[in-house]
Amino acid sequence: MDSALATTDPADLHAEQEHGHVSLPQHRHHFETVEQQREAGSFGMWLFLLTEIMFFGGMFLAYLLYRNWYYPAFVVGSNQLSVRIGTFNTMVLITSGFCMAIGVWAAEVRRRSLLVAMLVTTTLLGVLFLSLKYDEYHEKYELHHIPGNNFNVSMFTNPAGYGIKEAPLPPDMAQKTQVFFFLYFAMTGMHALHMIIGLGILCWLIPRARRGDFSAGYVAPVENFALYWHFIDVVWLFLYPLLYLINRHPMH
Amino acid sequence: MTDQATHAHANDPEHAEHRIVTPLQYFFVYIAMLALTALTCAAAFVDLKWANAVIAVGIACTQAAIGALFFMHAAFQSRLIKLTIGAGVFMFLVMVTMTMSDYISRSWGMW
Repeated sequence: MDSALATTDPADLHAEQEHGHVSLPQHRHHFETVEQQREAGSFGMWLFLLTEIMFFGGMFLAYLLYRNWYYPAFVVGSNQLSVRIGTFNTMVLITSGFCMAIGVWAAEVRRRSLLVAMLVTTTLLGVLFLSLKYDEYHEKYELHHIPGNNFNVSMFTNPAGYGIKEAPLPPDMAQKTQVFFFLYFAMTGMHALHMIIGLGILCWLIPRARRGDFSAGYVAPVENFALYWHFIDVVWLFLYPLLYLINRHPMH
Repeated sequence: MTDQATHAHANDPEHAEHRIVTPLQYFFVYIAMLALTALTCAAAFVDLKWANAVIAVGIACTQAAIGALFFMHAAFQSRLIKLTIGAGVFMFLVMVTMTMSDYISRSWGMW
């Protein structure tokens, strides 16, 4: 019994019938009912997501602490991010989450083509999000706003020289914008990595959904993947205001 | 929705009636999420002093709660799963509070 996602082989089916169980192909013999199997799966998925809360939580804690210490640097760093792209990307992610939710419904009511369409739409919106994220990263690369040896603080010590309406920072505080950008890349980067993993899983789910694996009463893989995908959305719903919207009103 | 009172497992904390959320319900959740995103974006451009951060985090928490309860079906899960989610979130808040109280109290009175 390697995985609850694998298809049961005929020998197992026979064993289940001997135990008097309902022999649905997805039903593993160590669960009394399909319902119990499903709830155990959801429980396990939630436990995994709680470890993910702790994982992202560590970075949010670092953010909270450094934002309080170096607030002026965090404000000017944040104001260098594009609210337009950030807001649009938030809407893209929410829409992909909505499509995923409709996908779960389609699997529940056994509508195969709608499920496939929703999974494909979710994938495309995920790719759109990541390509806009790439665009943002590339801009930061060109401006030398990636922390490290090539980091350039001149935009923060002399904002007027770049046509930016912002109070100039003293050199020591301007260096602390690196802390902001480090956290920006760490948090959005880990978020993007989770999305890339999610897109990989979608590429595995779509052909299986096309084959009809999830439109005959066996919804668990789609349902549990949806939990993962919604979780990534929720992480972004915190990243968006905390990174893009620290202090957008004129400073004085 | 099935009437839980008539079900044999009504009081089983490990079990909840399976419920299929309809597309219309998902659509209302979706609209609420988009509206809250617009609201948090708009609020950031108004100078409300310390309240800006509180509003931003408050709206994000509201969105997270709506997402977890309805998109992620937490509202329709068994008491076991609900309690587990609550315990996990509470544990996270305990760790944040303890770490922050350490940092705040280290140089107490030397500001």
